[in-house]
Amino acid sequence: MDILDILLSASFWAAAIRIASPLIFATLGELICERAGVLNLGIEGIMVAGAFSGWIAVWAGLPLWGGVAVAMLTGMAFGLLHATLSVPFGLSQHVVGIGLTLLATSLTFYTYRVVLPEVSSPPKIEAFQPYEIPLLADLPLIGPALFSQTPLTYAAFLLAAICAYTLYRTPVGLAVRAAGENPSAVAAQGLSVTAIRMGAVITGSGFMAVGGAFLTLSAFDSFFFDMVNGRGWICIALVVFGAWRPGKAVLGAILFAAFDALQIRLQQTAIGALVPYQLFLMLPYILSILALVVMSRRAEVPAALMVPFNKGER
Amino acid sequence: MTTPSMAQRAANGPVLRLKEITKRFGPVTANEDVSFDLFPGEVIALLGENGAGKTTLMNILFGQYTADAGEVELFGATLPPGAPRAALDGGVGMVHQHFTLADNLTVWENITLGVEPLFQMRLNSSAARARIRSLSERFHLKVDPNAKVGRLTVGERQRVEILKALYRDARILILDEPTAVLTPQESDALFATLREAIGQGLSVIFISHKLHEVMAISDRVLVLRHGRLVAERRTAQTSRDELASLMVGADVKPARFAPNAAGPALLQLQGVSTPDNGAAPRLRNVTLDLAAGQITGLAGVSGNGQAALSDLISGLITTQSGQIRIHGREIGAWSPRKAVDAGIARIPEDRHKTGTIADFDLTENAILETYSTRFARRGWLDWRAARQFAKDLIATYDVRCPGPDTRIRLLSGGNMQKLILGRVLELAPDIILANQPVRGLDIGAVTYVHEQLAKARARGAAVLLISEDLDEIMQLSDVIHVISEGRLSPGFPRGSQQPEDLGAWMAGHGFDTMTAEGPHAP
Amino acid sequence: MRLEPIAAPSWQRRLIPPAAAILATFVIAALLAQIAGGNPFSIFGLILSGALGSKFAILETLNRATPLIFTGLAVAVAFRAKLWNIGAEAQLYAGAVVTVVLGTGALALPAPLLLPLLALAAMVAGAGLLLGPALLKTRLGVDEVVTTLLFNFIFLLFVSYLLEGPLKDPMGMGWPKSPRLNPEARLPRVVDGLRLHWGFALALISAVAIWLINTRTTLGYEMRAVGQNAEAAQFAGIPVTKVILKTALLSGGLAGLAGYSEVAGLKGALTLDLSPGFGYTGIVVAMLALLHPIGVVFAALFVAAIFVGADSMSRAAGVPSYLADIMLASALLLMVLAILLSKFRLRRD
Repeated sequence: MDILDILLSASFWAAAIRIASPLIFATLGELICERAGVLNLGIEGIMVAGAFSGWIAVWAGLPLWGGVAVAMLTGMAFGLLHATLSVPFGLSQHVVGIGLTLLATSLTFYTYRVVLPEVSSPPKIEAFQPYEIPLLADLPLIGPALFSQTPLTYAAFLLAAICAYTLYRTPVGLAVRAAGENPSAVAAQGLSVTAIRMGAVITGSGFMAVGGAFLTLSAFDSFFFDMVNGRGWICIALVVFGAWRPGKAVLGAILFAAFDALQIRLQQTAIGALVPYQLFLMLPYILSILALVVMSRRAEVPAALMVPFNKGER
Repeated sequence: MTTPSMAQRAANGPVLRLKEITKRFGPVTANEDVSFDLFPGEVIALLGENGAGKTTLMNILFGQYTADAGEVELFGATLPPGAPRAALDGGVGMVHQHFTLADNLTVWENITLGVEPLFQMRLNSSAARARIRSLSERFHLKVDPNAKVGRLTVGERQRVEILKALYRDARILILDEPTAVLTPQESDALFATLREAIGQGLSVIFISHKLHEVMAISDRVLVLRHGRLVAERRTAQTSRDELASLMVGADVKPARFAPNAAGPALLQLQGVSTPDNGAAPRLRNVTLDLAAGQITGLAGVSGNGQAALSDLISGLITTQSGQIRIHGREIGAWSPRKAVDAGIARIPEDRHKTGTIADFDLTENAILETYSTRFARRGWLDWRAARQFAKDLIATYDVRCPGPDTRIRLLSGGNMQKLILGRVLELAPDIILANQPVRGLDIGAVTYVHEQLAKARARGAAVLLISEDLDEIMQLSDVIHVISEGRLSPGFPRGSQQPEDLGAWMAGHGFDTMTAEGPHAP
Repeated sequence: MRLEPIAAPSWQRRLIPPAAAILATFVIAALLAQIAGGNPFSIFGLILSGALGSKFAILETLNRATPLIFTGLAVAVAFRAKLWNIGAEAQLYAGAVVTVVLGTGALALPAPLLLPLLALAAMVAGAGLLLGPALLKTRLGVDEVVTTLLFNFIFLLFVSYLLEGPLKDPMGMGWPKSPRLNPEARLPRVVDGLRLHWGFALALISAVAIWLINTRTTLGYEMRAVGQNAEAAQFAGIPVTKVILKTALLSGGLAGLAGYSEVAGLKGALTLDLSPGFGYTGIVVAMLALLHPIGVVFAALFVAAIFVGADSMSRAAGVPSYLADIMLASALLLMVLAILLSKFRLRRD
């Protein structure tokens, strides 16, 4: 199969959008945290916890959307822990984030073993099914690519629009953007930097967890240990690539997912068979590093990112 | 200024009343038992040296600090402590010394931030912008509401800060050192705005240590010294001299040094420009000679290229064009290390952030510039010698501290500065860069630093003194240059210029004719 | 609320919060063990006896501590200079790969020459792997946390490729596994008959060497200065960029040694499960040791004991061994908080 054929096939783009969906959730979550001035390296662990908690909730009998809610709440709980340590206490966001990833991951694996002690392969659930949007799904190429996805994918794009609107068009979005740029501007206007930052980290962590849950509730129908596999770190690169803007971050996630979908297909071509499959698997990580390098030149970093705010400090 | 009579004001009652405010930071008492009233339409000047407790007092009033004792009454009601929100809602607007603006937001976004409830569906931006436009017309505060704050000049940013207060219907404006960053012209415009505001019934607290401004704008002057309110005067019944002596607690005796013959130029800048780094102004075609046995003073409004000049001489940046000569020889590759090795003593502007490492002890801080040249052999440090060196500095330069193993974070600003002074002066340097060497120090430490600079001058060193305090420059310098927008005026010998003349240069006058006919024209 | 630094903390102030952090870690573990159906008290007994209860257990703990000392030192050295090296995992594998490549016959030398040479080569490999992210940081300002993390994934895939391709053991029966090292490339045991190799001694020597570097040399002074206040260091004439790069080389080299010691000392061959996350655990070790090199040794022994003990506890009591990972992650978070509280007090303000 030719690369051009791949790029023109609806199934390729449908796959790209599907792969992009969890990244969109988690990238938006990280973006909200960073816009408020907090780098959340707990993202990888929170995604693992979200993937597991959403799935186990559905396995235990909750409806699918109930699973999404459970994942979100799990993420927010970890977000609360991160926010407490990194915002009012101002502890190193690097150390707190790494520690949180280790904690969330190990807690998840522990719980899995406690809940399912004797299973060799994890049970499956009835995952989200594609929902064809009437009329739109009948459009050529675009229809099957964009409008025959699962409801959780539609939710990802809806969330991106909501995030963009909230950040740029509402008072609370204004406060979040200001908190990441110059927290004293927020404090001088009588708002609590601590509350805004903590709120952003908790909300953002909730979205990250939903990103993880997408893997178990929509992309697959079960939970595996190395399921998240560095997607969280990739999302951090995507935030930089998207210049801390929701729209660009979504585009970045789709572009990235398209490459991922492409490498999967290329593996199955004649030329692909000649190249070690590990090289294809490396591509997402290499791309992420390249994205960071390319975007490093035009830094639009929130000025107060990773700078703790100590009230009344002179 | 025409104002209603005192009797009328008193009848209306004070808008603001501070009662016996006391605030301590650990062992340091920042404010002790401070009480005063502010009446409608009145301008109070709060006068005091750096560190006298002015800013702390205002932060208590604004709710950013909680007082250890005392209370604040606003329009007759007690203000809950530690709640900036309450002060804001009560009609207090504060323009901080360091602006509290988010660069990534527009002017109107900065102004409306936090005014409306956080959780609502949309921002009413067109109404906000219209309101800002009408306010800026009424108070002569010209600024585009749609501009990104990051792109504004310092003067414009201050206008945004004032608009922030007016937008919230502030009845009391507090301005903390508002003119430190302004040219004389911008200061005049600010005063016009303030008069307009007073005319409309607002009250103003004006914090400053510049006497002529205090005399020009205020109705009453309160003098703070070491955190206490030591005097209160009607502006009409006092004089600059009286205020000056009240402020420092003694009659000011200008440090006067006997004239000293100028030696050869030890450091020369010839037509030097520095690269544009976006934020701070760069140097533009600067020519400067630092002669042996002289203190060369650099006057100017903050943010006009002093940082670039200081960074250049310190080795932090390099030239874009032009030459630097040390002892007549042109320098090659340039870096902080080279500057140290070339015998330049550098006293940085910010002793906390650039001058010292807070969690290093005195020994480690003492050898910061010389650890590799004087205290190491083949990469191994000689801690015994280093510690002895620190002990010597502590003794020679009168650094008050428990010992060389104390973390420098625990020292007062004055003692920290003495250690920095000792660290560089012990090497008997012949070129000294002193950037704001006495900022924030108490009067004793100020005198000490000035004496040390004078001593160095007497033994033949070339000293460059950068300061925003024109009085300090005029007292100490043999030659004075003025810097404005990265350009340097010719050198004026001591006593040849009145403050007003230098002020004109500081405002940017005279530079255009100078480059054409100046002695160093390229 | 505001954090206010305490000028001279009392000994209670310095001791109680860290002690409380350790205690809280054990309470959390007890609660979790209870949930999993274990008896919280016998759990700790089982962990203790599993880690230290027999000669075999003690040796196992020492062996497990060895790579953790190396990666803990690697992280401690880097973090002290505020270089956030999260890539010790990849650097460990880089050291292991080089050891295998050169130790399976490529260098035909007697053991006394070959072993130091292999160690050096492993250090170079680990250092080289961190040099890239360090250069990206100093040249372009790319955050090294994310690049070193991503390098972990890239390099592990590379190792996987090597083990299925060029480095595949022809006698491996299809398993992704490298050939075994030649006997002269194997680190001998410290005492004959006891399963403890010289890698452990090398780890102790490294810790002392790093301690000397930190406290006695200009490089150590420079690394601390850059880590605490890069702006002041720059102003004073310390070559900040150079120091960061030197730190990266030292840190990566130490992590490379971990791979060398595991392959040449313990396993004898390279597999994809050579390290069960030693690189990441090194972060916990370094933080628990407050970045002090001698402290790293004790922290590594503590962490290794918990891991080894938890494995045997898991077999005996049926509580999942992930309990150990949870304990370490909690200890890390609680410890950074405890250290803060021993230096600052909370004040209403």
